[in-house]
Amino acid sequence: MADRPQGTAKAGDNRPKLSLHVPEPKFRPGDAVDFSHIEVPEAGQQPRPDETTKPEDMLDFAHGLIRVLGEDNKAHGPWDPKLDPETLRTMLGHMAMTRAFDERMFRGQRQGKTSFYMKCTGEEATSVSASMALAADDMVFPSYRQQGILIQRGYPMIEMINQIYSNKGDKLKGRQLPIMYSSKEHSFFTISGNLATQTPQAVGWAMASAIKGDSRIAATWVGEGSTAEGDFHSACLFATVYNAPVILNVVNNQWAISSFSGFAGAERATFAARGLGYGIASLRVDGNDPLACYAAEQWAANRARANAGPTLIEFFSYRAEGHSTSDDPSGYRSAQERDEWPLGDPVMRLKNHLIEIGEWDEERQQKMDLEAAEFVKKTTKEAEENGILGHGLHHPFRTMFEDVFEELPWHLREQSEQAIRERETKFPEGLPNGGKGA
Amino acid sequence: MSDTATKDAPAAEQGTERRLNMIEAINDALDVSMGRDENIVIMGEDVGYFGGVFRCTAGLQQKYGKTRVFDTPISECGIIAAAVGMGAYGLRPVPEIQFADYIYPGLDQLISEAARLRYRSAAEYIAPITVRSPFGGGIFGGQTHSQSPEAIFAHVSGLKTVIPATPYDAKGLLISAIEDNDPVIFFEPKRIYNGPFSGYYDKPVEPWKRFDASVVPEGHYKIPLGKARYATEGEELTILAYGTMVHVVEAVCREKGVEADIVDLRTIVPVDIETIEESVKKTGRCLIVHEATRTAGFGAELSALVTERCFYHLEAPVERVTGFDTPYPHSLEWAYFPGPIRIGEALDKILSE
Repeated sequence: MADRPQGTAKAGDNRPKLSLHVPEPKFRPGDAVDFSHIEVPEAGQQPRPDETTKPEDMLDFAHGLIRVLGEDNKAHGPWDPKLDPETLRTMLGHMAMTRAFDERMFRGQRQGKTSFYMKCTGEEATSVSASMALAADDMVFPSYRQQGILIQRGYPMIEMINQIYSNKGDKLKGRQLPIMYSSKEHSFFTISGNLATQTPQAVGWAMASAIKGDSRIAATWVGEGSTAEGDFHSACLFATVYNAPVILNVVNNQWAISSFSGFAGAERATFAARGLGYGIASLRVDGNDPLACYAAEQWAANRARANAGPTLIEFFSYRAEGHSTSDDPSGYRSAQERDEWPLGDPVMRLKNHLIEIGEWDEERQQKMDLEAAEFVKKTTKEAEENGILGHGLHHPFRTMFEDVFEELPWHLREQSEQAIRERETKFPEGLPNGGKGA
Repeated sequence: MSDTATKDAPAAEQGTERRLNMIEAINDALDVSMGRDENIVIMGEDVGYFGGVFRCTAGLQQKYGKTRVFDTPISECGIIAAAVGMGAYGLRPVPEIQFADYIYPGLDQLISEAARLRYRSAAEYIAPITVRSPFGGGIFGGQTHSQSPEAIFAHVSGLKTVIPATPYDAKGLLISAIEDNDPVIFFEPKRIYNGPFSGYYDKPVEPWKRFDASVVPEGHYKIPLGKARYATEGEELTILAYGTMVHVVEAVCREKGVEADIVDLRTIVPVDIETIEESVKKTGRCLIVHEATRTAGFGAELSALVTERCFYHLEAPVERVTGFDTPYPHSLEWAYFPGPIRIGEALDKILSE
């Protein structure tokens, strides 16, 4: 054996040391914000491919950014959906209503009327405009920030507030965390709260529609942070394997509570690019551009309806407010981000576009905003007559045990009787509120 | 529970003499159900052209077509999730998970989704899904093809869990499970697919065709979920068991000359509390036998129920015979399995007190 140098050296000592990369957002509280690293192509630059284009030919669409509304507030290029002014005003109205609703409900939570709320400020176009490009009976599997879909589909607002208040009018019987709506009548799937579970379910629904030779398609929304879940992989895989008529919308709002998109992989690739690996048509879209959102969703819907397969859409946007009423974003990100966000605000952009084409003015905007706020206020008052959270006007105790199964098995029947006994022990003189709701 | 419960009497008495093993009985249940309801679809790994690794879906794709019986990616999460979505559409999916040991990647979709849809949507959406999966050991499957995870599902509100012990029951229970509007976990004890098991692994398997419980009538019949059956009746003690262990305890009792009420639970959620109470109050002694690991196993729930409800009728403490709290070993499989020695000792103990 050859002589070896004496000493404490061990095998491998001459190899470079490994180091772990832990992603870190560019800006933290107090930092000056500079978003110049975000590439914002000029509106209208992207070509619009045929809806049957092969995913392998869509590389540019997964890495670029589809934009229609330019700095000049005009619509540009082949993605312009060329909607008539009336439709544009309707879109603006739904977005304004969504924003007014968010404001009121957020305040309601702060006033103690409910336990929880989540705003979608800045992301209105990703639900309202996308939803408008679908048929009313296309099935949607939303995440928790798509209240704009319900508003666009005409779901009664009082039902939303009853649910948020968990009051006796809540048709979900006070069982779900606020904002976890469900409306089969509006082809709106029951919101889970467990992240990304709805994504592969939407694919299953779309597969069923195809099995039955139906014409309805499915669309689902998931946050960029939740694409980290295995369910998202299952969804992409099943969608491509069975060529399912489904649209997978990824709302990239940059933040998952306090974790920036880098923890979902955004430092390495766009979220749209993930679709290409599965052989899924993929579009990356300016999520604050209502016309681009509409056009992309319409493209994907056309593709699905033509049996040409699924589409993954990344809506590149920004979560202008906190994740929910339970977090304070000033604790983890720079307050300047919202103002510096290079893609602007979707409501303002659509408003300015309508003004630019001579179909709107500030006065009408003000009137619309006021009417929206008044409508929400009036509806809130109506809902409050059914009670607010924790004020006794809840559903009868027995409903706690209903719908676990279609029929009540013996063990739940026994437990239901126990719950009623406990209530009688607690209120031997009879129920508060004159027994209302009990 | 189902109102169309049919007679539990062996079908031999009904004059139909078709004998099937459990695989054929399950295949027959699927065939009969698919023929009656065009919303039933079957999916899972290798279930299509190949007919399933245990052949339970053999011939069904050929008969019902590729859009009703099809293979899936190796993705239990995706399989269960797709089934939930299909159920929301209005189909009645019967997914297969190839081995119960592989069901875990699908647990969130089962526990947080399938089991909760009805409740969270106030019955707007339901999950009329039957998840079939072979479970249990005794086939030299090692730790990944032998587990009995039924207690996990029994613990989840909103799931029913069914485990048949005979071909006749397998068909009737599976049809009930499929027609049920709630999600059902249907565990098939793979050790007894081909014949009942005496617990003596060194003896040849006796095929089902030699036993009356293999007489499976043609066509549609149901056995209600939540109803147990007496496998044998006796005065000395009550033995609560399900799946493979029903046959093992039967063989041990026969061998030792013990006359027991052997209650084959058939469904563990909802469990047939009436039959359990009836039998334990009669015999005053209760032995619980399952193959799954001991701690927090379903036997613990049964023991608690019996103690809560029959305490003043008991003449001896409730005993449990179970698998050990280890992963299912490969070479030491029969040292792990709750076989004749473990059951025999427990019988001696409970009968001597």
